[in-house]
Formats: sequence, structure tokens, C-alpha cells
Amino acid sequence: MSYLELSHVQKSFGPVKVVHDFNMSIEEGEFVSFLGPSGCGKTTVLRMIAGFETPTGGTITIGGVNQNGLKPNKRNIGMVFQAYALFPNMTVAQNVAFGLKVAGASKAEIDARVKEMLDLIHLGHLEDRYPYQMSGGQQQRVALARALANKPKVLLLDEPLSALDAKIRVSLREEIRAIQRKLGITTIFVTHDQEEALSISDRIVVMNAGIADQIGTPSDIYNRPATRFVAGFVGTLNILEAKVENRDAGTVRLGSRSVSIPPSQLNGSGDGAAITVALRPEALSLSKSPSSDVTLDGRVTSVNFLGSVIRTRMDVDGQQVSFDMFNNPGLQPPQIGEMATAHFKASDVLVIPN
Amino acid sequence: MTAKKFWSWLAVAVAAVYFIVPLAATMEFSMRMRRGTYSFDAYRSVFSDQRFAETFSYSVVMALITIVVGALLIVPTAYWVRLRMPYLRPVVEFVTLLPLVVPAIVIVFGYLRLYNSSSVLPLTNSDTGTNILLVFGFMTMSLPYMYRAVDTAMRTIDVAVLTEAAESLGASWTTILFRCIFPNVLTGVLSGAFITFAIAVGEFTMPSLLNRPAFGPYLALIGANKAYEPPALAMIAFAMTWVSIILINITTRLQKGAAGAR
Repeated sequence: MSYLELSHVQKSFGPVKVVHDFNMSIEEGEFVSFLGPSGCGKTTVLRMIAGFETPTGGTITIGGVNQNGLKPNKRNIGMVFQAYALFPNMTVAQNVAFGLKVAGASKAEIDARVKEMLDLIHLGHLEDRYPYQMSGGQQQRVALARALANKPKVLLLDEPLSALDAKIRVSLREEIRAIQRKLGITTIFVTHDQEEALSISDRIVVMNAGIADQIGTPSDIYNRPATRFVAGFVGTLNILEAKVENRDAGTVRLGSRSVSIPPSQLNGSGDGAAITVALRPEALSLSKSPSSDVTLDGRVTSVNFLGSVIRTRMDVDGQQVSFDMFNNPGLQPPQIGEMATAHFKASDVLVIPN
Repeated sequence: MTAKKFWSWLAVAVAAVYFIVPLAATMEFSMRMRRGTYSFDAYRSVFSDQRFAETFSYSVVMALITIVVGALLIVPTAYWVRLRMPYLRPVVEFVTLLPLVVPAIVIVFGYLRLYNSSSVLPLTNSDTGTNILLVFGFMTMSLPYMYRAVDTAMRTIDVAVLTEAAESLGASWTTILFRCIFPNVLTGVLSGAFITFAIAVGEFTMPSLLNRPAFGPYLALIGANKAYEPPALAMIAFAMTWVSIILINITTRLQKGAAGAR
């Protein structure tokens, strides 16, 4: 049995079912991200684990102990909120000490633990500050220290970086991951930012409309999306309509080209069947490499400068295809209206289950 | 000076005259007890009156009890309505506004009818019972101000998230209320408390009809029988109100920094 088990968990608010039959096993020390758009049910699942929402059905166990019916203050689960939720009337040290005081720890024990936690987040010098005297990033680090002070069984992070600016988000997410690795604490991180989820998670749960569409490693989720939703939500994807030419040979017609893909990817689609295939923009290139064996010709419809890369979009037999090229000041990007040829490997083609 | 500024200053001057002239006249009259010269004889007379000390201290004690009981009733109510029963807010707001439209005399007659010596709960049978009734009356009268002050203070903090944060750290409901919520709405509680204090100390109708030795009835009695002491008492009452207002401002400013960061 895994450390944290969610078994057939459901949640309805009146007639509206927001979580449908959610199942997941999380190992001790694992860092799992719940990724999905707003309203997909990811925060509801998190709140059910914390005890703030009661599941309509199913069970949640931590370390083999059923959590159903257990009040939030009896679960020993650390939680970090998007809005920091530091107590405004308490200093940094008092905030971190709060849970320990409530638990009845001795003064010496509290002092030592508060110091340890503040050193962990590198804010020992700000222990006498009040939350309003600190930046958002500092406040969120204090919130993290406060959540960890009681040595919780599970750490829940509810979009903790959403209210921060881009640079702080990147540095803080790395800090969160480093602290999690150091303490080895089982962590669930809720986010709608795919880059965040991909960069720090052991596993990702992609949620859509109350259902876990796919659970897998970041590499699995990105490279082998299980559903069209996952493919479209995680990263940018070219979705193209194709037709199976020969199921046994694994050939499909993509525009005017015939492309060979592993027959196993066709999922039993017969000859002549319409299928959806996908290509990541970074899989396509204007220059031919020894491994690229397929080409697509089209007319350039837009060129967007994104800093380190230039994203070009072209029309291939009525279908829009985007591809990325690294920004090189010495190389002229294609011009709108020009004809261009994009090269890619047939093995990069993903068949998306409909 | 532009025309716009001139009219602004004129409006301020008219308002100032409207407020200051009656006060100055009252003050001036209160100092004319000794013929031909200004003195504080009326104030001396007031302060040396045993009944002044007795009624004033009685009213202050009643006001303080009202504040404590009122805060203990209203803070948890406002907190619970905001946290768990937001749909009840319009009803609670309506109820808390009722004392503004129901006169004190109606409220006190209602109390007398419900809690008289022949009722199930004969509170008027004893001094303690009648004092409790008076505190309830003061609480009712200060409800619109106290509730609004506390509710406004609660609006400046995210009650739901703070509660959940405290719960996840193992806190019980009483710990959450008294250590996480109450200190953060203290400005509102204090604002409400000062208004309650001013109402309770100066109230005439309720203590008079409940026959309690309060400051309000004493003010009325002196006003009906003496010439120079009533304006002196009026000035003392004004001074108490101003002190309350100044204290509200100070407490609001003291917490402004924290509120601004929320």
C-alpha cells in the first residue's frame, strides 16, 4: 500500500459533480503536481486531502490511516496557500511557532525549531518582522516554514507561486523543490502552470473536468500525452488531421505526404480511418538533419519573435503548423508569404486518441 | 485664492461656526457661576457631588461590561456569518439595524413586559437582574455600530484562509478565534467599544425606566434643578465623546500599516 492513497474519491457540490472517481497512489517522499485549468477539480482534491472538504464518496488514507471524518486540525498536514495566509498580528517567528505552540511544545523546542526553519528558508534575520513588512516571495517562504515546522505527514501547496512575479516564481519553485528533497516530505503541488509542474515534479496528474486524464512523469506527460486534452494543455502542439493508409505497415497520409509511424500507435484504426496526429513545434525544423525523414511544405502565415526562439506558422494543405527555430541574429527568419519546408522525424509524430 | 478655494473655505467656516459657537456658548455659560468673573465653580460643584461619582462610576462599569459581553457576542457572530453562513448576512445586517428604528423606550418596555416580577424569568426582581437587563439594553442599542465596526475590520482580512491556515496547523476553534481572528479585528472591536461606551454612559431612557442609578438620569436631574452645573456636565460629556473619537483614530492608525499590507 502506498503512503497516500486516494481511492474512488468523488465530490459534488449540490447537483454539480466536480471530482469524478479520482484514484491515485503517492509514495512517501514523492513530489506530485496536480495540473489543470481553472475549475478542473485539482484544488478540491487537495482540500479533501487537507480535510477542508468532505468527499461525497471514496476514501483517503495517509500511512494506512483512513482520513475520512478526521478534522483538518487532527490530520497533521502542512498547507501553503496562494494568498500566503500569514497571521498579520504575528511576527515571522511567531507565525512559524504557531503550530508548535498549539501542539504544546516546550519553549526551548519551539525556539530551536523556529530557528531551524528560518535558516532553511534563509530568513533568520527577518524573524521580528511582521508580514506586511515583507515582499510576497518572503511571505510565501515564511508560510512554507510555518507549514513545515510541525513536521507534517504531507505538505500541500495550493498554487503557492501564482501571486508572485515571474522571476521570483522560478527561484522559489526551485527552492521549494530543494527543501522538499532535503526533508523528503511527501508533497502535492497544485498549479495551472505547466512549466512549473514539468520542472519540479516527480509525477504529474493532469486533470480535466474532475477527472485525472493522465498520471505520469513529466517526460511521459509531455512526450506521450494520453488524451487530446493533455496533448493540448501541456506545451504547444500542432494538431493535424491524417488518414490511415496502411494499418499493418503503419503508414498515414499527412497532407500530401505519406508518413510511416509505429503500427502500435494506430490503436487498431483501420485503413482509411481518420486519425488525429500531433507534432511538437520543436520537432520541426527548417534545416534538414540526417535523422529527419519527413517534410511538410507550406506558405508562411506568421512569424513571432519570442526571445530565444522564433515561432513560425505555416499553412500546410489548409492545416496550420507551427515550428520553432533558435534565434540567431546571423540567420534571416522566413518571411510571411514565402514558401517553406519543415523537416521532422516520423518517430516524433504522436497519434492522439480521440 | 481661486473662487473654488474661497467657497470651500467658506463652507468649512460656516460648519465650524455651526459646531463651535454653541459649544463656546455652553462653555462660557458654565464658567459664569461666580458673579462678575469666570470660574470653574460649576465644574468644582459637579465633581464634589457624591452622586456624580456614584452615577458616573456605575455607568462606566455598565459600559465596560456591555463592551466585553458585546464583543464576545458580536465577534464570533460576525466571524461565523462571514465564514460559514454568508447567505445569512442580509438578515443579520437587518437585525443589527433594528435598534436604529426601534426607540429605546419601546425596547425597554418590551424588556419590562418580558422580564417583570411575574414573568418566567423575573430579572427585575433584583438589582443584579435589572443590571443584566440594562447591559442587554445597552448591547442592543450599540449593536448597529459594534457589528458594523467588527464586520468592516473582518473585511480587511481573509477570514476563510486564515481559519484554514490555523486549522491545518492544529488549532481548535477557540484558538483560531482568540489568537488569529480577534487580534486582527481589534481595531473594529475598539472602534465599536468606544461608541458603545459613549452610548452607555450618556443613555437616559433605559436606566431611567429600569430605575438604575446611572449617569444619564443624573444629567437630566441636574439639568432640571440647577443652572450652571448642566452646561458643565454637558462639556464633560462632550469631552468624553471627543476622547473616545480620538482613541478610535489612534487605534485605527496604529493598525493601518498592518491593514495596508493585507
